[in-house]
Amino acid sequence: MSAPPGKARFSKAVYARPRSLVDVKSHFCPGCHHGTIHKIVAECIDRYGLREKTIGVACVGCSVFLYDYIDVDVVESPHGRAPAVATGVKRAQPDKFVFTYQGDGDLAAIGTSEIIHAANRGENLSVIFVNNTTYGMTGGQMAPTTMLGQKTSTTPYGRDFRGDGYPIRMAELLAGLEGTAYSARVAVSTPAQIRKSKEAVRKAFEMQINGMGLSIVEFLSTCPTNWGMKPLDAQKRVLGEMSEYFPLGVFKERVQADFA
Amino acid sequence: MGDSVTATGRIEIDFERCKACELCVPACPKVCIGMGTAINRQGYASAVFERPDDCTGCAICAETCPDACILVWR
Repeated sequence: MSAPPGKARFSKAVYARPRSLVDVKSHFCPGCHHGTIHKIVAECIDRYGLREKTIGVACVGCSVFLYDYIDVDVVESPHGRAPAVATGVKRAQPDKFVFTYQGDGDLAAIGTSEIIHAANRGENLSVIFVNNTTYGMTGGQMAPTTMLGQKTSTTPYGRDFRGDGYPIRMAELLAGLEGTAYSARVAVSTPAQIRKSKEAVRKAFEMQINGMGLSIVEFLSTCPTNWGMKPLDAQKRVLGEMSEYFPLGVFKERVQADFA
Repeated sequence: MGDSVTATGRIEIDFERCKACELCVPACPKVCIGMGTAINRQGYASAVFERPDDCTGCAICAETCPDACILVWR
């Protein structure tokens, strides 16, 4: 696109790509909230000037391409093991800022043990958890967070609690652990929610900077491709059905560190 | 474009980067953005800045865009 003629008149840049977000085309499907969440994380890294001392830990799933999109050092861990790998990274280099970026098939299914024990040990990490109620990358199988009645490729008649159990509310679950410093659930379906979620990520990052313990921000995200919906309809689903089962809010916020 | 008396801001949509998810269209409080017909190299009909006269440069569209392809000036 050529430079529009109005450039001289409106010359103050109000919004541009965050510096920590690499200027490449993403592989995400149209309307996928991963892009928005990447942007929020990159903005918060920029805000605290953490780019040169951040180590991200990515797992398996659509979230794995974090290393291509966020301009920080990233360790790639086995499926679900990001909190365990991040524990090692943080203990070896306590002056670095360490965060994990995980999906729901990753954190809530195969990595449940790792996240629960990392939280229980009060590891000084930040966890970004993207809940889109399905395994996005592998073709839309049922995840532990899949809504009751939701049709996925492994629950073609809809999830039934008699055989498949109930969706897990991870933010509440982790808020119940003593080592967790901050636990919140946010969404990015409206501009207001985007701003609130930035606030939550900032708080989570501050918790780590102040050495308070594990902080987790759960994002309710869309997966238009695997839900079989248009992006705008998928956003409506997040605002309606999903927000009812997964209430938004802050579930735990520590005000003082356990140790002096 | 730009010579408008009423506009207090301006956006630029990266034509090649847009994936036509349409999330920016209802996000704009002034309904300045619409969907275009020209197809980009990715195969999507990119969003277009249809009514620049009403733009206030609030940057809500840019915050909403999952692909960070909207730039805003004020």
